[in-house]
Amino acid sequence: MIAVLKQFLRSLLASFKDLLPIILVISFFQLVVLRQPVPDLGQILAGGVMVLVGLSLFVQGLQLALFPLGEEMAYSFVRKGNLWLLLLFAFTLGFGTTVAEPALIAIAQEASEIAASGGVIADVEEARQRYATGLRLVVALAVGFALLVGVIRILKGWPVQYLIIGGYIGVVVMTGFAPKEIIGIAYDSGGVTTSTVTVPLVAALGIGLASSIRGRDPLIDGFGLIAFASLTPMIFVMGYGMLF
Amino acid sequence: MDALIIFGETVLGMLIDVLPIAAILIGFQVFILRRPIHHPGRVIFGLILVLFGLALFLQGLELALFPLGRLMAEQLTLPSFILGEGVEAITAFTWSDYLWVYIFAAAIGFATTVAEPALIAVSIKANQVSGGTITVNGLRFAVAVGVALGVALGTFRIVTGTPLHWYIITGYVVVIVQTLRAPRAIIPLAYDSGGVTTSTVTVPLVAALGLGLAETIPGRSALLDGFGLIAFASLFPMISVMAYAQISEWRTQRSRRKNSENSS
Repeated sequence: MIAVLKQFLRSLLASFKDLLPIILVISFFQLVVLRQPVPDLGQILAGGVMVLVGLSLFVQGLQLALFPLGEEMAYSFVRKGNLWLLLLFAFTLGFGTTVAEPALIAIAQEASEIAASGGVIADVEEARQRYATGLRLVVALAVGFALLVGVIRILKGWPVQYLIIGGYIGVVVMTGFAPKEIIGIAYDSGGVTTSTVTVPLVAALGIGLASSIRGRDPLIDGFGLIAFASLTPMIFVMGYGMLF
Repeated sequence: MDALIIFGETVLGMLIDVLPIAAILIGFQVFILRRPIHHPGRVIFGLILVLFGLALFLQGLELALFPLGRLMAEQLTLPSFILGEGVEAITAFTWSDYLWVYIFAAAIGFATTVAEPALIAVSIKANQVSGGTITVNGLRFAVAVGVALGVALGTFRIVTGTPLHWYIITGYVVVIVQTLRAPRAIIPLAYDSGGVTTSTVTVPLVAALGLGLAETIPGRSALLDGFGLIAFASLFPMISVMAYAQISEWRTQRSRRKNSENSS
């Protein structure tokens, strides 16, 4: 019991150090540069304590659940030796974690309104809803596809830069052809797919795979999944915009 | 009481976010791979910690950091702050009038990146995998410097009104050149660190700063320029992480050369 408490206190202290730069920057600008009092000090202190406790709980849970789970699954798949199952898992993980992402739902809604006001689709509720759902499915497909290709890359040991630079070229080419309204949304959708829960899992999966396959280096082959997963949605969404 | 209801809603939102992930993991592990989950109690406890931790974290940000950050971004871009008391609208200005905005952009970009949970996760993994050669704080520092530079340059771009794509294309060219020269082991990690910075803490604050600038300077579009800052924030960490690896490699080589000169 005391050991658990001690560990929790230690992680609280670590989280406090993580948050200290924000506190310093905000207070310096508020008090020295802008010369304004801090409004609602009580509320800010309460929020600060919540951020502190929340961050240290998250990091604890990360080490207890998300990391071991992701790695264990990677080991199980390698031991099972069924490639198709592993690819199915990679795709499902990417698709499933993205399709329900709240940030993506918000962006898709916004995009459907832009498209409706731009006359791309009919300005009725039904058409907007269909457009938004379609967009969400496309982004989720893109992330699923990215993890699938990323896993193949780890198995084959391809250097990551070929995929990424190829992706950049894809983005630039698509930007030239895609309708103007969709470009901003496409670029934004790359960022929203890498959520705080997905990132540790995907990192653990990649590293678990790379370290259980002979001849793969976890550092060189294990990372790179996240980068690829934030690249493909841009290409897929611009393609979606061109189809409409 | 209200706070409790809001907190309940946040937990519910997180639950919707996490449930499909849990379903996929458990479904594959138990039904398809037919392997039991080791230490199920510990894993479930950890998942609950993740869930509550993130809900608390987001709720606290919403209470404390975001309103204050948005207010400051607004105040810093106010015409009366930039050009002195009594100025109502910005008509004539030079880029150097916005010095405090650039400094704030760099400082807040740095500070929020250090606290980004997804980056903490990736750094812990990178540290374990590299056997300690990449330190948790070293990587986070390198990424944070990249975000700071990127966001500061991004605000400079909004103030001067120069086109975004030239900056981004130049950045891509730098990334490609560095990829050819940087130590091979750092490249995947550098690419990944571009993706993790555009996460929960940094984006809302940086977007607020872009919005404040775009609203007060004539001829800027809030939609276009707010987005541009995020693009900067995910491009520059790749450059700074590779640069960090290049510099440390160069220094070890130099000290090795010196040592061999001394011994011979």
